[in-house]
Amino acid sequence: MIDVSGLRKVYRDRDREVVAIDGVDLHVREGEIFGVLGQSGAGKSTLLRCVNLLERPTEGTVTVAGQELTALGQSELRRARQRIGMIHQHFALLSSRTVAGNVAFPLEVMGIGKADRARRVAELLELVGLADKARAHPAQLSGGQKQRVGIARALAGNPAVLLSDEATSALDPGTTQSILALLKSLNRELGLTILLITHEMNVVKSICDSAAIMRDGLVEESGAIPELIATPGSRLTAELFPLPAPDPGSVTITFTGQADEPVVSEVVRKFDVDVNILGGALEQVAGVSAGRLRLRLTGAERAAALAYLSGRGLLVEESP
Amino acid sequence: MTWDEMTPLLWESTWQTAQMVAWSTLFTVLIGLPLGVALVVTDRDGLFPSWTLNRVLGLVVNIGRSLPFIVLMIAVIPLTRLIVGTTIGTVASVVPLTLGAAPFFARLVETALREVGRDKVQAAQAMGAGGSTVVGKVLLPEAMAGLVAGLTVTVVALISYSAMAGAIGGGGLGDLAIRYGYQRFETTLMVVTVVVLIVIVQLVQTLGDTVARRLTRH
Repeated sequence: MIDVSGLRKVYRDRDREVVAIDGVDLHVREGEIFGVLGQSGAGKSTLLRCVNLLERPTEGTVTVAGQELTALGQSELRRARQRIGMIHQHFALLSSRTVAGNVAFPLEVMGIGKADRARRVAELLELVGLADKARAHPAQLSGGQKQRVGIARALAGNPAVLLSDEATSALDPGTTQSILALLKSLNRELGLTILLITHEMNVVKSICDSAAIMRDGLVEESGAIPELIATPGSRLTAELFPLPAPDPGSVTITFTGQADEPVVSEVVRKFDVDVNILGGALEQVAGVSAGRLRLRLTGAERAAALAYLSGRGLLVEESP
Repeated sequence: MTWDEMTPLLWESTWQTAQMVAWSTLFTVLIGLPLGVALVVTDRDGLFPSWTLNRVLGLVVNIGRSLPFIVLMIAVIPLTRLIVGTTIGTVASVVPLTLGAAPFFARLVETALREVGRDKVQAAQAMGAGGSTVVGKVLLPEAMAGLVAGLTVTVVALISYSAMAGAIGGGGLGDLAIRYGYQRFETTLMVVTVVVLIVIVQLVQTLGDTVARRLTRH
């Protein structure tokens, strides 16, 4: 649904060149929620703004819903953007307009008549649960309500794709969860493809199907979350399941979907080993339960035990 | 001078001042508002970046701003004659008043528009809005409280300038104060003129503040 390939963005600051994005490929499938995770300054915000060409890439192509945006002229690009919704960290609502007026804005841009606008605005406010706030001004709303208005506005043009720029970063944890739940339900019910950027692992954990980790303008890893978890040395996995620093000789096993199988006790019963659990974490991610255990295995049949665990489909990583 | 003598003079002068200020405010907005918008949108990261145009407009505005009004008023006399046909009187004074106030107002418009968050402009662009839509539907409405505050300051400045215009035959309250209060030592009339000016400025400022406050929603 969204294909970014060979993307580079270089800013010229007098004689200095600042490379914000240094060759990024991204593939977001139709109907999925894709999270780009990274610290501030990693280039994820620039990446998102390159997707709807708010920033024009220095190199590379961006294709959204089969249309290569980087090849479009100004007026075609404006039309294409009407089919790409965007929500913002600080909501970016117009304080001079009411809630209904804000949601009507993109419809005005599209040239939709007054009666149709009013009908669509009412539908959208109903969808985000703010039908009773139509005549309020943004200043009278809470942060969560403002973001709901932002979401209603972003959906006005029936977009195929929603871009979310740190949409929950300015919200408290409870409100964050309710906004994430709303995004998830829009994803399911409308089949909306969502590309979001965030610095909060919680966001990725709660709603994303796929993820990419960005650092210093590069994507370090990217893909479906269960696959990333099953990849040795994955940074996403390490951040998703925080464990104490590995001791020399300790073993980390990562499991996806087999969380309810008693593998540890099986190993102890079948092989001549002792198992000491050093740490562990279990999470529900992308619809599967996944977890990591850090163990110390000692005993005569250590190698055989590890091979058995690998054979059960677990990812076994030994610390040197 | 008795009150009966002063009253018609005061009414006439107040009316002349009101006319000068009203007409010059109208032309100041007609010139200064587009100029202020142009200063913002032609800037390097603006909607229609144009380095050359931005520099030229900035220079024109700065020239207008750097001349003291009393000098500007005399300097533009040939232009005034060209436009109005005369250089004396209420109508003629509208030309220097407008030229003096428009660059001033343009800078205030520029400041007010720059207060509008970049994220709002980008949000509108992300929705497919073009440059003129962003100006008309985002920048100007969002900056309205600031624009009204700027206009209020400009009108007060125009009232002050209009008193100077009186000195070269523009009429109005300034002219009255100079001719009677200063040249004929009519202290009472001088005091009354000052009071009338204070009252007018207060009314304008209060009205402007009220409108600006109603427009502020954050």
